[in-house]
Amino acid sequence: MTALRFDPIRLPPECEELRKEVRAFLAEEIAAGTFNPFQPLREDADAREFSRRVGERGWIGMTWPKKYGGHERSFLERYVVTEEMRVANAPVRRFFVADRQSGPILLRYAPEHIKMDILPRICRGELCFAIGMSEPNSGSDLFAAKTRATRTEGGWLINGSKIWTTSAHMADYMIAIFRTSPATKENRRHGLTQFLVNMKSPGIKVNPIGQITGQNEFNEVVFTDAFVPDDHQLGEIDGAWKQATSELAYERSGPERFLETYYVLTELVRAVGPDPDTRGAEGIGRLVAQLHTMRRMSVSVAGMLQAGKEPVVEASIVKDVGTIWEQQLPHRVRDLAAFVEEEAGNRETLENQLNFAIRTAPKLTIQGGTTEVLRGIIARGLGLR
Amino acid sequence: MAEAENIVVATAEKIFADLADPQTINHDKNGGWRLPLWQALSEAGLPLAWVAEELGGAGADLADGFAVVNAAGRFAVAVPLAETLLAGWLLQQGGIAAPEGSMTIAPARPNDRIALGADGTLSGRARGVAFAKAARHVAVVAHGDDGVSIALVAADQLRIEPGLSLANDPSDTVIFDRMAPVAIRSAPAGFDQDNMMLMGGVVRGLQIAGALDRLLEISVTYAGERVAFEKPIGKFQAVQHNLARLAGEAAAANAAATSAADAIARSGAFDDAVFLEAASAKIRCAEAAEKGAAIAHQVHGAIGFTTEHILHRFSLRALAWRDDFGSESHWAVALGRRIAARGADELWPLVASR
Repeated sequence: MTALRFDPIRLPPECEELRKEVRAFLAEEIAAGTFNPFQPLREDADAREFSRRVGERGWIGMTWPKKYGGHERSFLERYVVTEEMRVANAPVRRFFVADRQSGPILLRYAPEHIKMDILPRICRGELCFAIGMSEPNSGSDLFAAKTRATRTEGGWLINGSKIWTTSAHMADYMIAIFRTSPATKENRRHGLTQFLVNMKSPGIKVNPIGQITGQNEFNEVVFTDAFVPDDHQLGEIDGAWKQATSELAYERSGPERFLETYYVLTELVRAVGPDPDTRGAEGIGRLVAQLHTMRRMSVSVAGMLQAGKEPVVEASIVKDVGTIWEQQLPHRVRDLAAFVEEEAGNRETLENQLNFAIRTAPKLTIQGGTTEVLRGIIARGLGLR
Repeated sequence: MAEAENIVVATAEKIFADLADPQTINHDKNGGWRLPLWQALSEAGLPLAWVAEELGGAGADLADGFAVVNAAGRFAVAVPLAETLLAGWLLQQGGIAAPEGSMTIAPARPNDRIALGADGTLSGRARGVAFAKAARHVAVVAHGDDGVSIALVAADQLRIEPGLSLANDPSDTVIFDRMAPVAIRSAPAGFDQDNMMLMGGVVRGLQIAGALDRLLEISVTYAGERVAFEKPIGKFQAVQHNLARLAGEAAAANAAATSAADAIARSGAFDDAVFLEAASAKIRCAEAAEKGAAIAHQVHGAIGFTTEHILHRFSLRALAWRDDFGSESHWAVALGRRIAARGADELWPLVASR
């Protein structure tokens, strides 16, 4: 067993210029009323226009080749944009999945003409993507998926359903895995193939699912003889399992994996004022130390990605530690606010935020790979499985 | 810093492997391992690595010394290597030549103060000073009417009340009773006792991080060997998940400590950003020590609770090192106050400042 390394990566100077640009842009958007920084993750009415403006700035597909509309910038620059947007509570959901996951998959597995068609539109902030993984009877056990893709002339017919599909109601495309063959005795992961699905094609019905936060981010997606053309097949037939792992490092290690409830910490600091009591000071000090450490780990993984590595275990550790931290954060803030909130000027804001963050918290250790799945991956990395 | 990256660290690791094998030390009841280990370290110039050549040291980079300390944590080294390194660094700040032999530093707790009198003597009490009784000299931060000074004192001139840390390493009370230092200089502008505490805290953080790496390693190995219910316990998901958590804590400790060390090595000044790094390292490493040591013991069961087994060499030191140069509670209060004084809207810019 080799020790896991999280070398200290420093953001290069060009990142600081970029950070200033992003902050100035977000300040303009807030001033114009595009979104309210005190109201996290609300899907604002003009988020579509916001996406286009982010695209105009060159902040979507930042690391992708220029020939596909990308900007050939570094993972560390992308990191800065992602964390600033997240901390400002900017409405990024419409473009973020494509930027983080779907685009890189297309870059790697899609035919050239598909890349030339779709990637530039992602970069312009025009397209919203969803990910079709979970099904009613398969969640963490990805390779138990049953929704079928069967051969037809010029392509495939899809039948079955996906569930908990974030953004499916507004998505232009979905990247999904479907069963193209049964699993084999030797390899239960065999038989699934990855496809690009145009969500506007006939035979696809999206049913919203209410969430305990009061939002409707996720959906059930039902496929009835939905047609997917041959050139929308991504990668090897029956071999999706070989393609799944390399994207995980991108998906699991970013700032969104520990900053989702960050806003309550800012408001706690505002609520306690400039001269907190010992209890408040110690509580804030510990939370900030933990936050700082998470960020150093996450930036370190971004540095590994930039160096061309595939730090799957390190990324899983970031998500495991980070999501548990962001899940506990609103509860710790609630504890610490117990004696200060009465006199605080931002009491109502903090209470509203805590209400939302505490209702959001349970999903953080489930979405994108549960704690249990992550710990299994880490245990395998330690040589235990 | 987990691998030997250069000659300094490689030298240290070779010496530790040859002369600080935890199993051998654990079975050595009369402490015969100490002298050969210290001699080898001294001959390699490691204890005075942070002292410039013209002041009697090896003139190594801060980064090299930090990496050596991290490696020392992986071997739970119980000789005053980290302490002598810190003392040399402190003397270097005052431009005082470093003497031969082992050293330690005082005070070792943030609220202890050594006073410099008008007559040039030192008075006060420093608790929890590691290896004071064993050291030849003590490097001291003292406070006088003219500000902060750095002093070198001979240990045999001090009254030392011996004590033991949680890990049974010397942790003594040192009493300065109007004693004359061997050398004393004004500290450079901007240097205060907190800087020394932060530096010491980062060193302890690196040691804790090294010990956690080793706790993870020996726990994973043991889980693969120990059979219960007809299979190695490492095959049970409950045990796997505990070890995954231990890996996360070891990773967090190493990330926090190496980042803080890097920040100090690059900066030199102790501004708010370096304060965030150093205080966070001590806080997070201490928290990781608590969680990590508990899991390592849980995985080992009763055998890990015996003096025979080497586990305690790492678990108890990781826990004991939390106490030196300011506990996690101390630094959390200090960091929280600083964050609050800067104001809510300045928190993120500080966190994202590098």
